[in-house]
Amino acid sequence: MTASSSQVKPLDARLSGDEVTEVGKNGRQMSDEGRAHRRRSIGRTALLVALFAALAALVLIPFWAIFVATFQDGNMIVRYGLNLGIDFATASFDNWVALFTDSGSYFRWFFNSTVVTLLQVVLTLAISSFVAYGFAMYEFRFKSALFVSVILLMSVPFEMLMLPLYIQINDMQLQDTYTAVILPFLAHAVTIMFFRQYLRGIPKEIVEAGRLDGVSEIGIFFRLILPLTKPAFAAMAILNGMGSWNNFLWPLLALRSPDKYTLPIGLNTLLTPYGNNYELLIVGSFFSMIPIFILFMLFQRFFIEGMTAGAVKG
Amino acid sequence: MRRMLYSPKVAPYIFVLPFVLTLAIFWVSPLIKSFIMSTQDIIPGSVTNVGLANFERLIGDRLFYVALGNSMKYMIFTLFLLIPIPLLLAVLINSKLGSDRIKAVFKSVMFIPALTSVVVAGIVFRLIFSESPTALMNQIVGAFGIEPVKWLKNSETGFMALLTVASWRWTGVNILYFLAGLQAIPNDYYEAADLDGANAWQKFWHVTVPQIKPTLVFVVTISVYGGLAMFLESFMLWGGNNSPQNIGLTIVGYLYRQGIEKNDLGYASAVGVVLLIIVLAINIPQLIATGTFKKEER
Repeated sequence: MTASSSQVKPLDARLSGDEVTEVGKNGRQMSDEGRAHRRRSIGRTALLVALFAALAALVLIPFWAIFVATFQDGNMIVRYGLNLGIDFATASFDNWVALFTDSGSYFRWFFNSTVVTLLQVVLTLAISSFVAYGFAMYEFRFKSALFVSVILLMSVPFEMLMLPLYIQINDMQLQDTYTAVILPFLAHAVTIMFFRQYLRGIPKEIVEAGRLDGVSEIGIFFRLILPLTKPAFAAMAILNGMGSWNNFLWPLLALRSPDKYTLPIGLNTLLTPYGNNYELLIVGSFFSMIPIFILFMLFQRFFIEGMTAGAVKG
Repeated sequence: MRRMLYSPKVAPYIFVLPFVLTLAIFWVSPLIKSFIMSTQDIIPGSVTNVGLANFERLIGDRLFYVALGNSMKYMIFTLFLLIPIPLLLAVLINSKLGSDRIKAVFKSVMFIPALTSVVVAGIVFRLIFSESPTALMNQIVGAFGIEPVKWLKNSETGFMALLTVASWRWTGVNILYFLAGLQAIPNDYYEAADLDGANAWQKFWHVTVPQIKPTLVFVVTISVYGGLAMFLESFMLWGGNNSPQNIGLTIVGYLYRQGIEKNDLGYASAVGVVLLIIVLAINIPQLIATGTFKKEER
């Protein structure tokens, strides 16, 4: 779960991409290796690229399968299963038209999911970065005890807590509210660990300089430190956004009224054996992936590097 | 109050306060409650203390062993599928896979399945593993002359479907974790191994594996947890918590069935306590043996 800091590259170096090491490696290859060797390694590289292209295709197959299914009759799809072909004789845009003209709940759920995701991301990032700063920059009593509890937090199955939490939410009169959906996840252990790691790379002199200038401790965090942690925020925003957008089990327990459902719960309700909503199920499932995909495409580099940096905590 | 904001002695407590509060209200308190509830018989309006009766009942509960067995089997298989293969792929990506652009594309593509929700992934794979002869999996086995299979009605094939979903969603994530570990290995180590005349396999075994141990520990830990706590994949694949002959029933599925579906909160809490004990019993010795706790306490 950890690496001693000496093994881990400074985070900012890692976030700026892996070009650095690659240039070094290629340079070495050019100077040291003979021609025959290089030809052999080009052949090997081509083989590997082919292997990985095949893997990539395999990974993308399910997406293709559901994409082509959005043009077919939903009832037929549910009865006969997904495959890769398009039957052009029966293909139509009916499902897409139904999705966008539907007076029902789909875009209501879509809107709910957006609200919940935005709220959760903003609050989680605010609290987690705040807490991580406390861990990274100060020495205080109970620090190591608290820190171990962050790690333990990561290894308690949430599923085990959901029943008492459900009772607790009812006792607090919070059932069927977004407050209940969001609150339990605000102290997000992985996010705290990530921010702590990132903040430890920031020179303490900045904090000292702030103190000399008479800025309050909280002011130092907000005015001097936060502007330096933008990349960390980008990475964690996507990670938390993804988790919140796709969260299913807890919202399923916490929410009751259909007009408050989030997308995954709503989609799940379309999956009834007697449902006649199958056209919405297929096209709605496909469409629900699009916001996260766009987010991923936009911030891909931060995201990939963020995931990896969060994995090895020093 | 104003002075407090300026004191480096007080400030850290202000910073960690929101965390301590959420931790206490939403994790510690339910955790304690969960242990208490596991010793109670809870029917709406009346709570009786029954000591360890719930656990005794659990020991004699055949269905609980089915769930336990399924979760264990799933955890072990996912460890075999989701650690060596992603590690190998990560090593290949890291070493010889063409230009940075090609590497970046593969990393992203392999990661894309993790972006989908379990709900959507479940719906898609349920329809891919549909028993109709026109569904994708049956078309594939059909190409080898095999009769259409009722994938989700048999224990082995249903299990295969579960493992397919798991591999599809998590291979790319684990590749990223391993790549992070690999990139932190100094190049000198490999150069030194080259000088000693080590071949690729020896370099992998004697340089790469020991060096990425922290990452391996992390991935094993989350895989043990994820494997034992698996529920939603099964829930979505079988469209609910009821699979034929309980072939998809897991520990958490049983907790859900007892607690939510049958409203037997005391018994369900006992299932949860057993789950926590198993997860910790596997992970804590592993973390101690690999020295993880020591470093975290530093």
